[in-house]
Amino acid sequence: MNLVKLIEFLRHRLKTVLWICSAGLGAVLLWAVFFVKPEQAPAEAGEGQGFLAQARAVIEQWPVLWAVFGFIGCAVIIFASKAFGHAGIMTREDYYDE
Amino acid sequence: MNNFWLHPSLILLAGALLLPLVPAAVKKGYLLLIPVLLFVRILSMGQGDFGHVNFLDWELRFGRVDQLSSVFGFIMGLMCIIGTLYGLHVKEDAQHAASWVYVGGSIGAIYAGDFITLFLFWELMAFSSVFLVWFRRRPQSLSAGYRYLLVHVAGGLALLAGMVLNFKATGSWAFDAKNLAVAHPTPAVYLVMVGFILNAAVPPFHAWLPDAYGEATFNGSVFLCAFTTKTAVYALCRGLPGMEILVPLGVIMALYGVVYAVLENDSRRLLAYHIISQVGYMVAAAGLGTQMAINGACAHAFAHILYKGLLFMGCGSVLYMTGESKFTELGGLWRKMPWTFVFTLIGGLSISAFPLFSGFVSKSMIVTAGFEERKYWVGFLLMLASVGTFLHTGLKVPYFIWFGKNRPKKATEDRAAEPPWNMMAAMAVAAFFCIFIGCYTPFLYKLLPYQEEAQKYLPYTGYHVTETLLILLFTAVCFFIFVKKLEPEAKISLDLDWFYRKGGRAFAWLARKPIQAADAFVGELYRVAGLVPLMITARLASLFDNEVIDGAVDGVASAVRGVGRRLRLAQRAQVQESLTFVFVTAAVLIVLFVFFAHK
Repeated sequence: MNLVKLIEFLRHRLKTVLWICSAGLGAVLLWAVFFVKPEQAPAEAGEGQGFLAQARAVIEQWPVLWAVFGFIGCAVIIFASKAFGHAGIMTREDYYDE
Repeated sequence: MNNFWLHPSLILLAGALLLPLVPAAVKKGYLLLIPVLLFVRILSMGQGDFGHVNFLDWELRFGRVDQLSSVFGFIMGLMCIIGTLYGLHVKEDAQHAASWVYVGGSIGAIYAGDFITLFLFWELMAFSSVFLVWFRRRPQSLSAGYRYLLVHVAGGLALLAGMVLNFKATGSWAFDAKNLAVAHPTPAVYLVMVGFILNAAVPPFHAWLPDAYGEATFNGSVFLCAFTTKTAVYALCRGLPGMEILVPLGVIMALYGVVYAVLENDSRRLLAYHIISQVGYMVAAAGLGTQMAINGACAHAFAHILYKGLLFMGCGSVLYMTGESKFTELGGLWRKMPWTFVFTLIGGLSISAFPLFSGFVSKSMIVTAGFEERKYWVGFLLMLASVGTFLHTGLKVPYFIWFGKNRPKKATEDRAAEPPWNMMAAMAVAAFFCIFIGCYTPFLYKLLPYQEEAQKYLPYTGYHVTETLLILLFTAVCFFIFVKKLEPEAKISLDLDWFYRKGGRAFAWLARKPIQAADAFVGELYRVAGLVPLMITARLASLFDNEVIDGAVDGVASAVRGVGRRLRLAQRAQVQESLTFVFVTAAVLIVLFVFFAHK
């Protein structure tokens, strides 16, 4: 049961684990800002008209913006879905019972 | 048949037939042997067109083995081994037989070269898979199974109608993109599409999937999640690549599954909604139809079968051991089922497309194909859906089952333990492949249909890895910030099955109330307007019969009797005298006749 011990070990040092995770997150952000190169030239990435094409071109140049996309996207999914659910879609468990 | 060619499905069908005859002592060996034989047969098949059979005026093609069918055949054969290993300890032969016939149907559809063969195996799949739901033997499973069957029969009929109409138009049963005019689809092509997308669970034809997969047996769901939808993805890639309408449908699917997964309290139904979401990527890819997109659809189907099977095995193990699958009834199981947690987490990281896991090397192909086609909205919305995927399958499922603040009932907690060795082994094999595919891309990429495109594609670029890491890590940050908001609620969510579940009830009410009332009314009307006058007429007729006819008959009879009585008095029993009287009367009459006749 070494696995249980490992999980226990990590749970007992939750603060340290959180610090390490935050440091990792920061490292990825720094990496994204300073070291990652765009895959395509701006003109090629944003070829075509429209807002989305431009957005694609911008995010190609600034990959760190994907962090914003992930965070906001996740919040939108949580809140929009819950609002949808509470608008009458979620109901009691015995709804379909006779 | 031109030459003998052993159809891989035959191995499973024969294996299923012989299963009850196998002695218990060697049953487990036999259960593993048949799927292994199937896999070996699939690997040993050379490419070409085999198994031609003449039927009526047509030639059926049972074995079209090419790069596209081979990649699906390969993964389905592998999954058959993993799925059977997972349920190896199940004593009931019929469950194994149903699974094998189902896989046989799926593989038959994959290798079918014409519509008739495709339809045959397509229906075999539907009718065998329903048993995987029914074998759970709860009253709910029975109803869910019937609903599953109802929807699939409707889909099968759409496919049948479409293929027959298409045959009338083109004169060919060939099951390929050339025979289905995708650029200018006819109503027949749309009907075929409806048949396919119903099996792919594309909204609005999707509600059967969470309904049935959440209700199937613990190992039945492992098979179900792998075969039906992926056979449909194959059918779309084969028959309808580049059909424009599939792109928006696929994107809607990808997001639809994510939204419902937020609301879901049952872990297996949550995973089922994520099948819809993930198959959405593949449907959109089939709609894009480029070489990169079709490669992406195949690669993602391949990876999906493994990681979704692994996730269903993880949650199935929890269900098998504790009897619970709802988040509100589970929590804190990490002490009791740590390895199941690790395997499920690997499945979760794979479906979320974490670097070094299988989803990363497959999903990104589809997103890239969307951006390359300048369909930016497709790319962005699919990226958004992948945020939702990690949120639920990578975070919500492991967190609320193995950690979380919820505490299960004591009885549930006491029952919890690691599942039997075979279930653990099956999860370990699937987990191995999830990581292996993610780390060693040539294994999967060499199987893809468009080799040139596949070899060119590099998933592990600095930009791509960073992009994915940032999205997923910040999704995780958001999850832990709003984790309270995501606390499971003991509720169900209404989906489009509401229409036929309530519709069925409305029909039953209609039959019970208005139709029965109308029937009673017609009965009463018949009684009043028909039966009552009939009775009066009958009574009158009987009166007439009694009084008039019987009177006349009785009168005649009594008259005859009266005459007879009088005649009897004249009878004196003297024969000679009577004869004399007769002869004399006759002689008198003759004389009178002669006299008057000659006068």
